[in-house]
This record gives sequence, structure tokens and C-alpha cells, in this order.
Amino acid sequence: MINSLFLINPSGEIFLEKHWKSVVSRSVCDYFLEAKEKALEPEDVPPVIHTPHHYLISIYRDKLFFLSVIQTEVPPLFVIEFLHRVAEMIQDYFGECSETVVKDHMVMVYELLEEMLDNGFPLATESNVLKEMIRPPTILRSVVNTLTGTSNVGDTLPTGQPSTIPWRRAGVRYTNNEAYFDVVEEIDAILDQSGTTVFAEIQGVVEACVKLSGMPDLTLSFMNPRLLDDVSFHPCVRYKLWESERVLSFIPPDGNFTLMTYHVNAQNLVAIPVYVKQSISFFECGSDGRLDVTVGPKQTMGKTVEGVMVTVHLPKTILSINLTATQGSYTYDNGTKLLVWDIGKLNPQKLPNLRGSLSLQAGAPKPEENPSLNIDLNIQQLAISGLKVNRLDMFGEKYKPFKGVKYITKAGKFQVRT
Amino acid sequence: MSASSAFNDEKGGSSNVGEPEYGHDPASGGIFSSDYKRHDDLKEMLDSNKDSLKLEAMKRIVAMIARGKNASDLFPAVVKNVACKNIEVKKLVYVYLVRYAEEQQDLALLSISTFQRGLKDPNQLIRASALRVLSSIRVTIIVPIMMLAIKEAASDMSPYVRKTAAHAIPKLYSLDPEQKDCLIEVIEKLLADKTTLVAGSVVMAFEEVCPERIDLIHKNYRKLCNLLIDVEEWGQVVIINMLTRYARTQFLNPNMNESLLEEGGGEKAFYGSDNDDDTDDEEDKEEKEKKKTEATAIVKRKPYVMDPDHRLLLRNTKPLLQSRNAAVVMAVAQLYFHLAPKAEVGVIAKALVRLMRSHSEVQYVVLQNVATMSIKRRGMFEPYLKSFYIRSTDPTQIKVLKLEVLTNLANETNISTILREFQTYIKSNDKDFVAATIQAIGRCATNIGEVRDTCLNGLVQLLSNRDELVVAESVVVIKKLLQMQPEQHSDIIKHMAKLTDNIQVPMARASILWLIGEYCEHVPKIAPDVLRKMAKTFTNEEDIVKLQIINLAAKLYLTNSKQTKLLTQYVLNLAKYDQNYDIRDRARFIRQLIVPTDKSGALSKYAKKLFLALKPAPVLESPFKDRDHFQLGSLSHLLNAKAGGYQVLPDWPEAAPDPSVRNVEVPEWTKCSSREKRKEKKADKPFYSDSEGESGPTESADSASDTASGSESGSGSEESGSGSESEESNEDSESASEEDEEEEGKKKKKNVEKIKARKPVPESESEPSSGEEVKKSEKKSKPRIGSSESESEEDEDSESESSESEEEESEEESEEETKKKKKTTASKPPSKPPKKENKKEKKEMSLLDFDDFDPAPSPSQVTPLNNFLSSSLVTDLEGLSLTDNVLSPTTIVPSGNLKTYELLHRITGEGLSVEYCFSRQPFSPDPHMVAVKIQFTNSATSEAKSLHVEDAKLQSGMRIKEFPEIEVLPAGETVSVVMGIDFCDSTQAANFQLCTHTRKFFVSIQPPVGELMMPIFMTENEFKKEQGQLMGMNEITEKLTLEEKCQGEHAVVQRVTTAANLSRVPCGSDKECRFAGKTVTSGSLVLVSVVTKEDGAAQLTVNCEKMVIGTMLVKDILQALTQ
Repeated sequence: MINSLFLINPSGEIFLEKHWKSVVSRSVCDYFLEAKEKALEPEDVPPVIHTPHHYLISIYRDKLFFLSVIQTEVPPLFVIEFLHRVAEMIQDYFGECSETVVKDHMVMVYELLEEMLDNGFPLATESNVLKEMIRPPTILRSVVNTLTGTSNVGDTLPTGQPSTIPWRRAGVRYTNNEAYFDVVEEIDAILDQSGTTVFAEIQGVVEACVKLSGMPDLTLSFMNPRLLDDVSFHPCVRYKLWESERVLSFIPPDGNFTLMTYHVNAQNLVAIPVYVKQSISFFECGSDGRLDVTVGPKQTMGKTVEGVMVTVHLPKTILSINLTATQGSYTYDNGTKLLVWDIGKLNPQKLPNLRGSLSLQAGAPKPEENPSLNIDLNIQQLAISGLKVNRLDMFGEKYKPFKGVKYITKAGKFQVRT
Repeated sequence: MSASSAFNDEKGGSSNVGEPEYGHDPASGGIFSSDYKRHDDLKEMLDSNKDSLKLEAMKRIVAMIARGKNASDLFPAVVKNVACKNIEVKKLVYVYLVRYAEEQQDLALLSISTFQRGLKDPNQLIRASALRVLSSIRVTIIVPIMMLAIKEAASDMSPYVRKTAAHAIPKLYSLDPEQKDCLIEVIEKLLADKTTLVAGSVVMAFEEVCPERIDLIHKNYRKLCNLLIDVEEWGQVVIINMLTRYARTQFLNPNMNESLLEEGGGEKAFYGSDNDDDTDDEEDKEEKEKKKTEATAIVKRKPYVMDPDHRLLLRNTKPLLQSRNAAVVMAVAQLYFHLAPKAEVGVIAKALVRLMRSHSEVQYVVLQNVATMSIKRRGMFEPYLKSFYIRSTDPTQIKVLKLEVLTNLANETNISTILREFQTYIKSNDKDFVAATIQAIGRCATNIGEVRDTCLNGLVQLLSNRDELVVAESVVVIKKLLQMQPEQHSDIIKHMAKLTDNIQVPMARASILWLIGEYCEHVPKIAPDVLRKMAKTFTNEEDIVKLQIINLAAKLYLTNSKQTKLLTQYVLNLAKYDQNYDIRDRARFIRQLIVPTDKSGALSKYAKKLFLALKPAPVLESPFKDRDHFQLGSLSHLLNAKAGGYQVLPDWPEAAPDPSVRNVEVPEWTKCSSREKRKEKKADKPFYSDSEGESGPTESADSASDTASGSESGSGSEESGSGSESEESNEDSESASEEDEEEEGKKKKKNVEKIKARKPVPESESEPSSGEEVKKSEKKSKPRIGSSESESEEDEDSESESSESEEEESEEESEEETKKKKKTTASKPPSKPPKKENKKEKKEMSLLDFDDFDPAPSPSQVTPLNNFLSSSLVTDLEGLSLTDNVLSPTTIVPSGNLKTYELLHRITGEGLSVEYCFSRQPFSPDPHMVAVKIQFTNSATSEAKSLHVEDAKLQSGMRIKEFPEIEVLPAGETVSVVMGIDFCDSTQAANFQLCTHTRKFFVSIQPPVGELMMPIFMTENEFKKEQGQLMGMNEITEKLTLEEKCQGEHAVVQRVTTAANLSRVPCGSDKECRFAGKTVTSGSLVLVSVVTKEDGAAQLTVNCEKMVIGTMLVKDILQALTQ
């Protein structure tokens, strides 16, 4: 299975390596670095590279490359999924996944990797299990550690074997028992020049933060589960009960986790919360062009649209821009040609507008394609699909937990073609 | 290692740990001095007595390892600490050992005894970690120790240690392949392990050590299938992939009957459009031939019955499509793609499309697989076409793959939408992507004849694009398209000829030249001129262009030598002195061939044929065609090359290997018949319950009763006798009962169910006779048991005969069966007693003996049972049976239960008790009659003789078709017969006398309105049409609130079909359930629809010409839904 793992930063430096079988020389990464050089963007590096003796499977995440070395046949998704788990685990332990964080916690990351794979085959990937083996750092503990010279390895070996419920650690105790659920829906859409919807769908996810003592058995039901077209679950959810009764019944892991993701069954009836009026034009003769973008609310179900942001990848031939925004502020990076207009809250009375001129490099031909606009937004307290949590019941424990559900709608891959 | 990186490492090392710098000045952290210095420092710390110092040192050492720095010289100092009491230090020492033991074998041996001690530790985690480290030390000399340790750990009490043992197996194998045989023994032992924790790891070991020993899987196959859902995600992937291979060797191709049709039909639709212009006749011929082969295929084909184990695998993997782990989803998807019947493969599409929202690497892999699948099964992804639309922010490699999928999905109906999308893509700034789009357009144009001209025009327009790459790519594609029909497009060729002045991309220039040469007859004036221009620039051209210039010259010389003779000579002379020997060669060869000299050989007269032969148009194929010979989802598939260790996916066997190998208990029968297969299933059941590790007697008894009720509610049509169907329902019930045991988390729930399942037994007596017959609700369980037995006995007889016949025949068969039944009733009685004994014995022997035709169906017992089961279980069973049934419309049968009514009580009947039920089958002698099944039980001490019907007092119009006289009914025996009654579509009772040789009893049969109808099959549209015609007075609408248990489609369906003999009409919306039937006598339509709303509110609509029937039916259904 997985032989070795190398963490590589964007400049090509290998800053961590871990081998689960015989050591593979880090020169194997050269093939990868070569491919990385060739690619224009880090995302363009092929995830699977075939070298004479090894296969390199890599992911690019949080500005880091996770490169694994494989020697024999293995499902590529198996490796990719695992690498993402590694990244998620680092994120989970240290709050973020970045080069500095990994370098700061080198030993702990190394130990975690040791626990996650045995001989290249995943051993413990559930965060609850890992945290029992190796405790995550907290500010208090890191202070204590520096003073006393102890580390975060659990000093007592866990004795209870969580074999029945592998995702939940045993002996959880809280004084305040609470269970929060965030229903986050993202609208993926492609709108064409005239504002017609080419493609739109709603993808949702139920994020849970459950801090309950003991072994609670939760049942979450929806008012309208029929809205859900396609679902995927955390392993704790009982498939059978979902199939028969459309309720989510589960013994939750401790802490934060993604309970389910879903796709909403509403082929063409997706409410698009904003409309975008835009005109971007370049003049054939003179070396400049104009940009004029207005964003307004469309179907918002009476809620305010917040956090609106328009991102445009301007053509490479743009030399400079001179724009004015009636609301919010814009930033422009001339290196990446990335224009970001941060609007904030959308005011229906006074629609935000961004207009001004673009100047092209002298002599450069007029760009053929107008750049498409990527929209970001969020609407609090609304699930755009209309999905509603009906109730949450708890069995198995005596206390009364505090329960809460929050709804958010966001723009996912929301693109306006121009 | 470079100096700079060493430097960095060190700095990182000291800053990372963030501790006081034990006499180590960071400024001196150069490469030359401090390595040794620092290592001395570390050694000192390791030798100290303080754990904190040791820990610090170990941390720094591990940080060095993590950075890839060599720390091997510290080995002696570190290995001393392996016995350290401090767990943290110990752990880090382990980490170090695993990394460097291979390099320092002798020293590593010092640590072995510690691990051996650790293997005996009472704490399972210490045992496990000792084994883990011991097996990770790649030192050949300890192989025997490892072997011993693995063997011991494989029978450890703790599943966690056993899991570690499974992990250790491949480690030892890679160290010393000689140990294979011993290791296989361990694997065999661990494969039999019943915990989910071990399953994934041991299968992984199996895959690495002995994937060819498929025989080891047989005995564990069913257990693995059943455990699968509870295994951790990574194990699931490995198990599913292995089972895919296993299934390919053990089961028959579920599509073997269709494979002929499919390949013929599918391909035809695809290419048929190509040659629609002038090849119609040929096609007709082809079609006829195809039909012939189809016909022969149909004649030849044997009935395919899916092995229940095959079904088990498909069913148990399906829920995993909902996994959050992309690898699991992909594994299930490939399993379905490779193993499922064609009609069922579609379920994976949705899940795969879901993965498209995941990380771009996941998308990349999934798209590759979707591309392969979409060639074979285009229809599957067609509904999700838009999910493959490309965003400008996608990475190029994703864009290209999406394009590939879009192209594969293109057909006559969606091509216009796809082309419109492509139009947007062509404007992209990403030139590689644009080039790919142009290729894609070319492929669409070749595959779909209707749009060829549109595409060609579009591409020609692109020729004026400013971007040279775009133009070049268009030229290449146009060239390919023109080759298909050059006559009609000489203007395009002319246009392209003009482009030679501007286009610089060699491939494009070469393509244009080739086109002009090939079709110089169509452009006789321009061609020589192009050659003239080319001759001028010859020396500056790229090699491929030069070759094409020579070709052009040669072709022109042959067709138009007058104008081009000199030019050709000139070009050939230039080529003669070219630097490239290929060009010189080509020139020499062509000169010899075309220029007639005295020496020129025999070939020159064929020159024209050689050069101007008709060239076949190129076939633009997907690069993903036929990639599915690699197992999908595998690395080899992705690379389109066999990766090391890839296990080839075997072809389906011609004949299925003996399925009995998967039986865990050795069955006593040897012959293989369909009947036997059923029995095998019986044998499995104790195994299933065992596999959960909780096989108390109550447990199995419970599961048995579950099974019984399940099989009943699942099919509800025991007598309809279609073999495969009842088999399925039987499986369903199996799974349901297993599932209950399986999911440990549900224990609580299960207990509730247990209680519920038990309760009905005493209550069952009063339940069926609710209503008119309460007065007779005395003890009568004894006769009933007797009756149920004899009924099923007979059922079994008739069924076993018919079970071999195919599903399609079930329609006629049911008629036959009723006849048979009569025969049986007539002839059986004398031979019964011994058989019955047999039966009883069997029953006692194993409670799990239930089968779909076993005693369970005795309706009187089962109906109430079912009502008491938690609705979840019922719907569970329903759901399963529905999903399985959906495939063939003929199997949509009323899934309700048959209610039994009392006709004559034992006491009033002087020992003879008679019950009847409406069997819901067409009454074959007269289709206008309702079939009533009557059961006689003689509980008297003497035998009853000549049972028959006499003196029917009927309302006008009613008719009775009596059952044939029963000559003898011995004491304690039961017999059942079928009679037909024409109720004239009214609920009036039919009164008649039931006579024995001594007495006459006045009895009456009153039908509930729901039994006055029979199901008919309709499509949704027909239903809507008919409903539209039955409005106004004929429509009755009622609002109701569904009872909590009854919410959900399955529950509604079940209750309605129990209340009335109707069949389900397929419906697009899942909020609405529709049913259709017609009255038996007059054949008037009865349409029922139940629309559910939120909070259990629902609306019931009944449309029926006969208003009385309608009103009564509404009442009955309302009661059924709200009871």
C-alpha cells in the first residue's frame, strides 16, 4: 500500500518524510518536482505520476503537497482519500494545516502518521481514536509541557477498547451537555451572460458539534426528508434506518464532525439569491476596456444577503485597472491578475456597483474571452432548499442536553459567465 | 543531502522543540562541526537518568528523522532505552527502531527480548504495539520469532491484537516469502474471525500474500458480505475489491442473456447514425440479421437465476454508496459496474456524480472512471449531463476529462445543448482546453451524423480565429471530418488552401497539404498553385510539412502532370539534398515510382493506385474505449497500464462453480436442484446468527419468527408461485432479521422488537376474526396449526414443481397451479400422515428451517404478527422487496396479507372447522369470479366424508363455482380447496350449505369490498388519463391524517394493498401512491391514489364508475390507513 509520505511546500522543499516500509530515497520526488515545474498552477500537477519503479500519488491542499509513494497496485482514491485525512487530522489537531504548523509540531505529526498507518495500511484514522493515543496540544498543556518537560503522548495507555463504536472515545464527560447542528447549503450554479441559469444545484452538509457525556444515541429527523436526493453519511449513521424511516440515527463521535452531506432534489427550481448585471468590454483599437458590475438581490426569501464578494480572474494582458466601487472595497493583485471586490451586506435600496476602466498592455490583442465572475455570499438563518430539522431525540443517557440548529446558505461554485 | 538543507533542518530542529539549548549554540549550527558535537550531546542526554532529558533527546532525534536527516549513528545510545519505563520515551524509541533497525541489524537484535516480553503483557495495547514494532523491524534473522509471535497473536483474545497480527502478515511475507505456507494458515484462521475489526486487515493480508487462493474465501464469503457495513472504511475498500474478483470467478454473468443484444443494440444506436445517408439498405440487412441472432439467442438462452450469494453481495454493498469515503463509493461503483445486472448498474451514477464535488484529485480519478463507464453505459449518466459542465476555474486536467465525458454522453437529443456549451468553451483562455474542445467537437461530428455539417461550419469559422493553436487544431479536425465526405466540401478545401499563407503550426500545414493532395481533383486550379508556393518555402519547412509537400507533388504529378511536372522535379531535387534522411529516402522512392524511366520497375504503373487509393475515414475514438478490461477504480485503469501486483479481473465462468462451497455446514444432500438451493439457505441461517457472536436459543428463535413474518409480508403472494420472486422475498426477510442482529448499536431497539414480535402469539387468535366473528373467538389455535401445516405442505408440493419454471410464466402458471391444487387436494389426503410427521420433525430440528413456502404463510398467524411488528421493520422489509421487485413489472403484486375468515366454527361444525380467505388470484375456470380458498380442518375423532356444497341461496346474478367434492377428510387432517364466487360486484353475502356425509351447515361468505376487484397494470400516463375520465360523481376524495406508524410510502402501499386487491401504479413523485384495479364481474376501473403531505396529512382519492363500490372502498382504505 502506501510506502512513504513526503510533505513538500510550494517552492519544492521537502520538509517532512515518513516511511512505513523500507526507506525510499527522497530523490523519487524529483519526478514530481519536474511535473510541478511544468504545470502552470499547482492544481494542474497530475495527481498520479508513473515513475520507473514507483507511482507517486499526490494531493495539493492548503498550499502544501502531500506526496505518497506507492509500489504496487492500490486504488488511487484510497490513497487520495487517506492523504486528505492526514491533512484534516493536522487541521483538527493544530487548528490549521500549514507548513509552519507542521514544522512546529514535527514530532507529534510524525507520531500521528505512525499511528495512522501500519505497514502502509490505515490503522486509526478516526480523530477520536487518535486523540486517545496522542493528545492534541492546548495552550495550557503546552505551557505545562515546557515547564515540566512532558509531552502530549498519553501517559496512561487507554485500556478500554472502543471496538464496538470505533469513532467514539469512551468515558466522555461534560458538565454542559450540548449538541449543535449547522445545516450549511451551498448553491452551485453557472449563469450565462444573460443571467439565465445554465446549471444550478444545491449541495448541503450537516456539520455537528456534539459534546455529550457517556454514550448518547441520537436521532435527528427532518420535516421534509424527501427533499434530499442523494446523501452520504458519517460512518456512525445507521443506513438501514435512514432507508426505512428517513431519520438519522447515530451514536455521535465526540466533538466536531460532518454528519451528512446531501444533494437537493430540485432540478431547475433552485432559487438564485442574487443577480449580477455585468458588462466587460475591450476595445479593438485602443488598448483599454471597461468593466461595469452590479449585484442585486433576487430570491432571498426575505433575508439579507451578506458577505458578498466578487472574484474575477482578469486576462493576463491587463496592465492596470482603475475602478470605483459604490460599496465595499476592491483589491487587485497585478501579479496574479486577481480582482476581488468585497461588497459585504447587500442593500436592496442601493445596489452596489463597480465600474471603471481597464488598460491593456500596449499592442496586446484584445482578450477573446471575458473573464467569468465568481460570486461568494452567505445568508444566515436560511436553508435555501427549505430543509428543516424536525427534532433531535436522545436515548441512552439520562441528562437533558442543550440542542441547537443553525441554517446557513452560501454560494458554492457560483459562476457568472460574461 | 545538500548543505543548505542540512542547515535548515538543524535550525528547524532546535527551534521546533523549543527547549533550553543544552550547550548548543545555534550560531554554530554549521554542517562541519556541530553534527558530531550535537550527537554527543544527545548521547549524553540519552544516557542520563532523567526521563525528561531522555525524552527531549528522543524528540530531537525523531524530528531529525522526520526531516529525513540521518540519525543512524545514535542507534546504540537509543536502543538501550527500549526498556525504558516512561511510555513516551518508549514510544519514540520504537519509532526510531522501526526506522533504523534494517540498517543496524546486529544492534537491533538487542531489543528483541523486550518485545517478546511485551507480547505477553496483560494490556492488549502493549501486546499489539510490541507485535507491531517487532514485525516492522526488517531483520531477516528474526523471521522465526516473528512467525511465532504472529501465530500466537492470531489467537489472542483481543481483536485489536488479532488485527495487528493480520497487519504483521504482509510484513513478514515481504521479508521472507518462504514463509508463505505458514502465513496462509494464519490468514485462513483470521479469515474465520468474526469481528469487524479484523476483517479488513486480514483481507488486505490475503490480497498481498495469496490473492490466488480464492478458495479460502468460500467459507467466509457470506460472513464478509454481512459484516461489510460495519467494517472500517479502509477495510471496506479492500474487501469490496476482493469480493469483486471473487464474484467474477464464482457466479454467472447476470447479463449473459442480454450481452448479445446489448452489444448489438447498443453499438448500432451509436454508429447507426453515421451511415444514415446512403447505407440504409445495408442497415436494414444488418438489422434483420441482428434480429435473427437475437431470436436464436433467445431460443438458446437458459433461464438465468441469480445466485442468492451474488444477490447478497450486491445488496449488502449498495448502502455503502452513501459512504463519506470516496474510495468506498468508488469500490462499490466498480463492483456494480462489473457484477450487477445491467438494469441495476444505474444506482451508482448518482453517487459518482456526488464525488464530483469533492477535492480535485478525487474528481480527477472519478472522472477517469466515469469516462470509461460512460462509453459502455451511456444512459446511466445522461440525467447528470449538466454536472459535467465545465467551470472556468477547474484545473485543465479536470476540464479535459469532463469534456471527454460530455463527448461520450452526446447523442442526437442532447447534442445541441452540448454544442452550445462547447461554444462557450472555445472562447476560453486556456488553450490546451480549447484544443481539446475542438477535438471533442470533431468526435461529436463523426458520431452524430445530423450535426456534422453544423460542426464543420463552426470549425471552419474557427479557421479565422486569431489564435494559431486554435486554427491549427481546427484544421486537423476538419481534415478528419472532410475525409468522410470530401465531394461536398471543396469550398472548405479551397478556404483552407488559402490558409497556408498564414498558418505556421506544422501539423496544421501538413494537414492542409495532405487534404489538397488527396482531393486535388476537387480543387484542380488551386492545387498546383499551392505546390508552387510550397516549393518556394520548402527549405524552411518542418519535416512533417516537407514530407507532405513531397506527397502533394507526387499526387499532382500523377493527376495533372502537364502543369506540375517541373515543380515536382524541383521539389524532388530539393528533397534529394535535405538534411533529414527520411525526406531523402522518400524523395528517392517517389522519384522511382512516378517518373517513368526505362529502368523503372513494374511498380510505376501502379503508382496512381498506390497514391490515390481510397483511404478509409479515420475513426475518432475515445481514449477510454475498452479501458474497462482493467478493474475500474484501480491504479492500472488510471494509468491504462498494468501496475505491479495488479490482479486481473477474471472473465465470468461459463458454468457456475458449485455454490455449495460457501455453505458453512456441510449439507447432507448432494444433488443440485433449485429446490436444494433453497434448502441450502436454510442451512445458512444458523450461521448468520452465529456470525454475530450471539447465538443464544432465544436469539435464533427470534430471528426465525422474524423471518417467517418477513417472508410473508415481503411477498404476500405465496401462491402466485413465481420461483425467483419468492426466493427474493425470502432473502429479504433473511437480511432483515440479520440486520437486526448485526447492528449492535440497535440492540435496544431490537429488544423492543423482540417483545413486539412475541406479543402477538397469544393475541393472534382474536385478531383475524375481528369484526363479525368475535363470538367465535375461543381457543382454536390447535386446529389452526394443523391447518396451516397442511396448507403449506400442499403449497410446497405445487411450488416445488413449478419453481423451476421461469418468472415470465408465472401468469399462466398461477392458473395451472390452482388446478394442480385441486388435484392435490383430491389425491393427497391418504398419503398425508407420514409426511406430516416428517414435517414436524423438521420443524423441531431447527427453528430456522423456515422458508418462503414453509409453515409460516399460514395467514391467520401471520397477519397479526405483522401488525405488531414495529413499523420500521415492516417498512424495511417492504422496502427491500420493492427495490428488488421494481425490476420486473410482473412482480408487482399486492404485498398485503391474506386475511382469514371463519366459515364454520369447530364447535358448531361438530369437529369440522372451516375457514376461508380470498386468495387474490384469478379464478381460472371463470375470470369473473372471485377465488375463495376454503380450508377444512377435521378436528373430530372420526373422519369426515364427502364434503361438498349444496343448495346455494344466492341473490340474483350471483353464481358459485363449487369446489370438487372432498371424499374423505381423515381425523386431524386439513385440506384446502378453491371455489369461485361471482358476487356481481356487491358485498352481499353468498349463502350456501356445506354438507358432509352426515350433516349440513348453513354458511355464508361475505366479501369485503376490497376483494371484489383484481389488480391491473397501468402506466402512470394511463392512470392519469383514466383518472381524468372518472371525475365528478365518480371521484371521492377524503382527507385524513396518517397514523405515525403508517407514514412513509411503503407503509401506505402495504396497507392499501392489504385492504384492497389493487396493484401499484408506478409514479414519478414519491409523495403519491397510486393503485389500480378493476372489479371482477363488470371490469369497471378502480383507481386509488394517496397523496401524502407533511405531518402525516394525506389525501385519499378513489375514482370508480361504481359509486357504491367507491364509497365503500374509501371507507375501508381510510380505516386501514388510520387504524
